[in-house]
Amino acid sequence: MIRKTVANVEDALQGVEDGMTFMLGGFGLSGIPENAISELVRLNVKNLTCISNNAGVDDFGLGLLLQKKQIDKMVSSYVGENDEFERQMLSEELEVELIPQGTLAARCQAAQQGYPAMYTPAGYGTEVSQFKETREFDGKMYVLEKAFKADFAFVKAWKGDKAGNLIFKGTARNFNPLMCGAAKVTVVEVEELVEPGELDPNQIHIPGIFVQRIFEGKNYEKRIEKRTVRKVS
Amino acid sequence: MLDKEGIAKRIAKEVKDGYYVNLGIGIPTLVANFVRDDIEVEFQSENGILGMGPFPLEGEEDADLINAGKQTITALPGASFFDSAMSFGMIRGQHVDLTILGAMEVAENGDIANWKIPGKMVKGMGGAMDLVASAENIIVAMMHTNKAGDSKLLKKCSLPLTGVACVTKIVTNLAVIEVTKDGFKLLERAPGVSVEEIQKATEGKLLLEGDIPEMQL
Repeated sequence: MIRKTVANVEDALQGVEDGMTFMLGGFGLSGIPENAISELVRLNVKNLTCISNNAGVDDFGLGLLLQKKQIDKMVSSYVGENDEFERQMLSEELEVELIPQGTLAARCQAAQQGYPAMYTPAGYGTEVSQFKETREFDGKMYVLEKAFKADFAFVKAWKGDKAGNLIFKGTARNFNPLMCGAAKVTVVEVEELVEPGELDPNQIHIPGIFVQRIFEGKNYEKRIEKRTVRKVS
Repeated sequence: MLDKEGIAKRIAKEVKDGYYVNLGIGIPTLVANFVRDDIEVEFQSENGILGMGPFPLEGEEDADLINAGKQTITALPGASFFDSAMSFGMIRGQHVDLTILGAMEVAENGDIANWKIPGKMVKGMGGAMDLVASAENIIVAMMHTNKAGDSKLLKKCSLPLTGVACVTKIVTNLAVIEVTKDGFKLLERAPGVSVEEIQKATEGKLLLEGDIPEMQL
């Protein structure tokens, strides 16, 4: 067993510097690496490029880094829930690259699995495919999209063991597994960190080989963005 | 004329036994409420669930269980969770039978625009570009005209495109329309709406063949 544990979030984020590119897991506020984000705010690293499907909300998630103007560029697919984001984008304080959600996922996975690029039909004929190589396969047009390159991936899993094996929960899985091993250093925070052998190897979603550092996170808020309920019928 | 629920009700009739269906945000989400309960259908939400159920009961909301609109949901028996690459693999690989989404504009060749108003609104495309680029069966749910009263069924889209020549059918508050290579083919009228009213509200080429029946809801 190769041990991947670090003592805390401070140790987990060793080496983080101004100007770096980060990948952050999560869809909306579900499955975001809350502890890593708090630490990035505390460290006050600046001029960041963040690859994340969304940009949080004004006062939570990546919105916290946006408020402190720590981010220079966002690569996302949907940013509609964040007023400060929209303001910074429209005033061009913030550079934003909007890309299709499936392309975002594929570019993470390509980085994880060693593909330099892949073809997708998403965005063909739209401004997303401008200045990109396109090619026809069997009568249909595709756009060449490149693997991401990032310095750190910040991932949130439900459970993990000290060897870095991970299990995700529900739809909090989303982009998290795809970012493991897709950056130079993958930092994972889990709600429950267990001893090797306690997780069933049949149930592991991501093997520890894709993880460099793992720690048990604290004080998860797990905020719900849109609370919708039904009445008892 | 139909309201939003009426549009959803009419689209629900397009959902067939054995279909895997992706529902977009807005009117499309309502479609799930009107699907016949004697057929087997599974709803996919592209953030990573197949077998999506209704909203949870109060007190049972789970931050780890949401749909692509970020609403709290439930998982039905037989449901599965997966990562975003597999989710879009289902979509890109054409395993999803029907995609229902909203639009700001649709052109008579099937182009769709629904993600950006330059200088005003930029929320992003989310999964819409992936969905429209790959799905073979795409139904657009929208109002026939915008708030200013201008047609949303155009000769050519004025807004940045989401996808090219991809929409197969449009259900609006006024009509059911099929997108053909020759233009918008009027299939059905909403209750109490005349062909002339539909014609007036449609900027793109509207094809009329024989008597146009009224929708059965």
